[in-house]
Amino acid sequence: MNKPQTDSGSWQASQKRNTVHLRYWTSAWVLSLALAAFGPKMLWDFQTGLTILGVVINLAVGFGMIVANKRYLQGLDEMHRKIFLDAGALSLGVGLVCGLGYELLEDIRLITFQPEIPHLIILMCLTFLAGLILGHRKYQ
Amino acid sequence: MKNRLKVLRAERDWTQAQLAEELQVSRQTVNAIEKGKFDPSLPLAFKAARLFGMAIEDIFQDEEGS
Repeated sequence: MNKPQTDSGSWQASQKRNTVHLRYWTSAWVLSLALAAFGPKMLWDFQTGLTILGVVINLAVGFGMIVANKRYLQGLDEMHRKIFLDAGALSLGVGLVCGLGYELLEDIRLITFQPEIPHLIILMCLTFLAGLILGHRKYQ
Repeated sequence: MKNRLKVLRAERDWTQAQLAEELQVSRQTVNAIEKGKFDPSLPLAFKAARLFGMAIEDIFQDEEGS
């Protein structure tokens, strides 16, 4: 079998490295968020200094995750970047429309409970996931 | 947009994975381009043309123009 003669570099290795980095940063961010959320009550009895430290760590790791996500996106090939951006646009649109609608429900007294931000985050994550699946199926 | 990528690849006995590595895209992207489901950008089309030593229009053809 003839092998192509051009210098291909190690694009796929770079892709794998970006994916692993993003996975590590996302896991670290989830852990730091759990620490900032549950630490004050369960670990250090609401000591202000430690609580501020927990929040600062969460923000710092969150920033690292954003950078890792940006690098991951920049490392994708053009078709996967399009799928990713289409899914992001869908998620953002659904988040905006449903988020404001959800908030309105309480104002106009159609629901009696306070709208929660995590509900919106879950909806946006599921929409993003659905967008990725639909995008991959479209180009299969 | 139609293209001759699959034919040119087969003539050289390359796999989709090998072509993908040379073009620095995923195998799925090569598959989508070959099937005409995804139109490559101009830089990627130029890269393919350089790889096969051909002009872009000898690989990619506009379906509306043909």
